[in-house]
Amino acid sequence: MIQIEDIYKSFGSNDVLKGITAEFKPGKNNLIIGSSGSGKTTLLKCIVGLHEPTSGDVLYDKENFTLMHFEGRVPIRKQIGMLFQNSALFDSMTVEENIIFPLNLFTNMSRGEKLDRANFCLERVNLAGKNHLYPSELSGGMKKRVGIARAISMQPKYLFVDEPNSGLDPMTSILIDDLISEITQDFQTTTVIVTHDMNSVMGIGDHILFLHNGEKWWEGSNHQIAHTDNKELNAFVFASKFMQAAREKL
Amino acid sequence: MFYSLGRYILLLRLSFRKPEKFSVYWAEIMREMVSQGIGSLGIVAIISVFIGAVATIQTAFQLVSDFIPKTVVGGITRDSTILEFSPTITALVLAGRIGSSIASQIGTMRVTEQIDALEIMGVNAPGYLISPKVITGVTMIPLLVIVSVALGLGGGYLACAASRDVSTADYVAGLSDGFNPVIVTVCAVKAIVFGFIITSVCAYQGFYTRGGALEVGQSATKGVVFSCIMILFADLVISELLL
Repeated sequence: MIQIEDIYKSFGSNDVLKGITAEFKPGKNNLIIGSSGSGKTTLLKCIVGLHEPTSGDVLYDKENFTLMHFEGRVPIRKQIGMLFQNSALFDSMTVEENIIFPLNLFTNMSRGEKLDRANFCLERVNLAGKNHLYPSELSGGMKKRVGIARAISMQPKYLFVDEPNSGLDPMTSILIDDLISEITQDFQTTTVIVTHDMNSVMGIGDHILFLHNGEKWWEGSNHQIAHTDNKELNAFVFASKFMQAAREKL
Repeated sequence: MFYSLGRYILLLRLSFRKPEKFSVYWAEIMREMVSQGIGSLGIVAIISVFIGAVATIQTAFQLVSDFIPKTVVGGITRDSTILEFSPTITALVLAGRIGSSIASQIGTMRVTEQIDALEIMGVNAPGYLISPKVITGVTMIPLLVIVSVALGLGGGYLACAASRDVSTADYVAGLSDGFNPVIVTVCAVKAIVFGFIITSVCAYQGFYTRGGALEVGQSATKGVVFSCIMILFADLVISELLL
């Protein structure tokens, strides 16, 4: 479980996050949503330690991550998997090398065990046999799937996903969402997803945190979101005429 | 300036933390050695032969006198090649070749979130990315300078053979006349320091790149310019201190 307590983050005089408190439970798809500039990605980066919060705490299973130094964070970081918006695959490595990279550094597995693990991860994301391709030879959706395979190679307890559907067609987006959801269920990971894709929100949003101007504006599930009377949330979720019409039919 | 200097020193301190796994770092060092060392051999060979040849021809031209023995040409070519041309010119050329490659490689990794990915995994990103490059720089650049000295002196021999202003026998005799071994020490010190400057300064520029493709290009340019300036400054300091 991940708890964030009263997180503030400022860049100079620009207050991006204003006192956000939330709890992300294992086995659930925890979604952070909000319009552009609302602070979603900044919050995610504060949680994983890529940004230091100006104040507030991030707790991983009750351990205060914010107070730890680099060495202290390493054991928790080894339990973190992250899929970046642009996949962030290592260009100079093949798909297989990308996946076994963390295994090389942090485990004493034999070469055969590492390859088995890489093949398992690739099968899990439906990319079996693509071991020797380079990232430049992959499509956007395949890169995302390799990113997921790399993220799960160390069997993480915590999975973070930044904009998994950006730049993907709707069909591939749904495939990626389903894949993340299945992994969350199968491995009981605490999954935190930053998105503004409404298909993801409605499809896999077990727990949704809506940010507005750096504040937590609303919290609930995808079942509750359709019936909320929160004005800003409604403006975000039902922005299009199609969605407004769909809501009226609900 | 002090902010940048402090950040540079802190980055170097982070770079030389204990590696997560030595074997992975060793593999990186080997890969860098091939890239920096073998990859630069061609350009170093070409410039060294030409510089040695030109230095010999110009020295011979300036010392045309019956009162000066012809062997002096060999001695002057040797000293100038070992002390200045090989370490400094090689370093300036390598700053362009290796330095820009390091800065743009690390800068691209920064703007495409690959460095963030390393940090999320718990990898000491400066250590993994920078220390193998710096270690390679301080070992391979001196080796390249040794090659450069040999080829520079060989270039001088070819120039003598081609021009006939100085006989090859006089040139070869001049190479060993009045040889002072301290110039080899100065050359080695320069090569090691220059190797460190090229790799660390360019890695620093790449590591703190912010933005996109344009900024990656700017980081590469800054890395090359700053390392060239630092090389010339270090050249002056080392020459002053050791000679």
